[in-house]
Amino acid sequence: MSLFEQPEGRIDIRGLSISLGEGRAAFEAVQGLDCQIEPGQFVCILGPSGCGKSTLLGALAGHLQPRAGSLKVDGADVSTPSPQRGMVFQQHTLFPWRTVRDNVAFGLKMRGIGKAERRRAADEILALVGLEGFAERWPDQLSGGMQQRVEIARVLVNRPRLLLMDEPFGALDALTRLNMQELLLKIWTQIRTTVVFVTHDIDEALFLADRLLVMSSRPGRIIEDLRLDFQRPRTTELVTSHEFSRLKRHCLELLHHQEGRQLPRLNPLGLPLEHKLPRFAL
Amino acid sequence: MFRPLKRWLPRATSLLLCLLFWQLAASHHWNLGLVTFANVPTPWSVVEAALGLGDSGKLAQHLGSSLSRVFAGYLAALVIGIGLGLAIGRSKWAEDLLLPPLEVLRPIPAVAWIPLAILMFPSSELSMVFITFTGALFPILLNTVHGVEGVDPRLIASAKSLGAGRWAMLREVILPGAAPSIITGLAIGMGTSWFCLVTAEMISGQFGIGYYTWESYTIQNYPDIVVGMLLIGVLGMGSSLLIKRLGGLFTPWHRPRGKA
Repeated sequence: MSLFEQPEGRIDIRGLSISLGEGRAAFEAVQGLDCQIEPGQFVCILGPSGCGKSTLLGALAGHLQPRAGSLKVDGADVSTPSPQRGMVFQQHTLFPWRTVRDNVAFGLKMRGIGKAERRRAADEILALVGLEGFAERWPDQLSGGMQQRVEIARVLVNRPRLLLMDEPFGALDALTRLNMQELLLKIWTQIRTTVVFVTHDIDEALFLADRLLVMSSRPGRIIEDLRLDFQRPRTTELVTSHEFSRLKRHCLELLHHQEGRQLPRLNPLGLPLEHKLPRFAL
Repeated sequence: MFRPLKRWLPRATSLLLCLLFWQLAASHHWNLGLVTFANVPTPWSVVEAALGLGDSGKLAQHLGSSLSRVFAGYLAALVIGIGLGLAIGRSKWAEDLLLPPLEVLRPIPAVAWIPLAILMFPSSELSMVFITFTGALFPILLNTVHGVEGVDPRLIASAKSLGAGRWAMLREVILPGAAPSIITGLAIGMGTSWFCLVTAEMISGQFGIGYYTWESYTIQNYPDIVVGMLLIGVLGMGSSLLIKRLGGLFTPWHRPRGKA
């Protein structure tokens, strides 16, 4: 398999509704959503907290099931999670018991690829995310930015059709976040996959995306669909340009209209976890 | 090298002070109202009794029988406890099916099992192993369930996204994720297994530390009782420590908070 494979990853969403919660507490997080995304496009989804943008991402990954409507990737219905649709969470989900290299090679191991080949592929992609020399470390020994880079490498090693990112840089400090955004664009020029990137940071969305979808507050619907034709490769100077500021004002106005209700944050696996009481004393 | 030495000093002092108190209390037959040391053997008589036991040549046989019983019971508890724990932690169905009877059995003390154990097993040896097994089973089982349920659902979701099937999930995510908790359960279970040894060896027999302790009581050989108690304490502590060390080898990524 070559590093520069023909891109796939056409997304076709029609009339999608997703409900979360059970019984009386159930509600529609996403309602009647329609959207088509071209292969190889970098799409950012912007919206207020709790608007269902992460829920949509969870459904694309196959972690959440639609209540109504259809969700197709390259013509096939999404029903279960798959290495074809890689997911990056806000907080890393690296396995603490595997070294950085073994974490990255996990998807290849699941496909039954031999050890030497796994090692070669993992080291290659670690170099791409700028982490040569960290292959033998435990994930806990890395900084937050490095952990997210490993996370991205672990997903990309599977050459996914979709790269789904749920506020992946939201927990990083401002400077690291800028570096990570540039790095992500650099990686994306080399591994062209469809990216769906959820964020509530307007600057981040405008800087990264080919196309920007703005979602309304719950139940989530798309209220704006912007094409961003800023030249690539993009650098941080872009964020000070006139056109950038104009679009930012536009997005701010859209989001302002949505304010008023404070909703709890949702995540791609559904509702925030409640802390279960232990069932027995140990 | 200075630092560990500095910590060993108070530890040794603490042990010595306990011994000193014991010596004074026992040799002067202190009566503290609620508790009396009138019939408690002195440390020195215990040492003599221990030397006597060593000379008699029976120590190895006592140790051998006890160790083999504890380890047989413990090994069975390990296999069954971890196996059931994984099933209960992973499947609601298994939980509903298995947990209610286990919760009823859990509070039953080892000593209450003795009559049934004698009736249920063909040999007294097996019934003794069963008693040590009941001691170790529940800490291992419950800690395994606890560990499995504590695995971050995001890790499970990620593993699914990366193509892990049912068995790979268990091997690559659930087991290592629950490992620190399982090892805690194994260490506690090792302790409780020894804890039940005296009870188990009350059943019958000729050899075993528990048997020796119980026998010394019935023939009123008080220093020997203390020798037996201390032997069980030291062996239990040693084997729990061994389990923790082994556990540490199996979980190199896991460093308890506060320690480097």
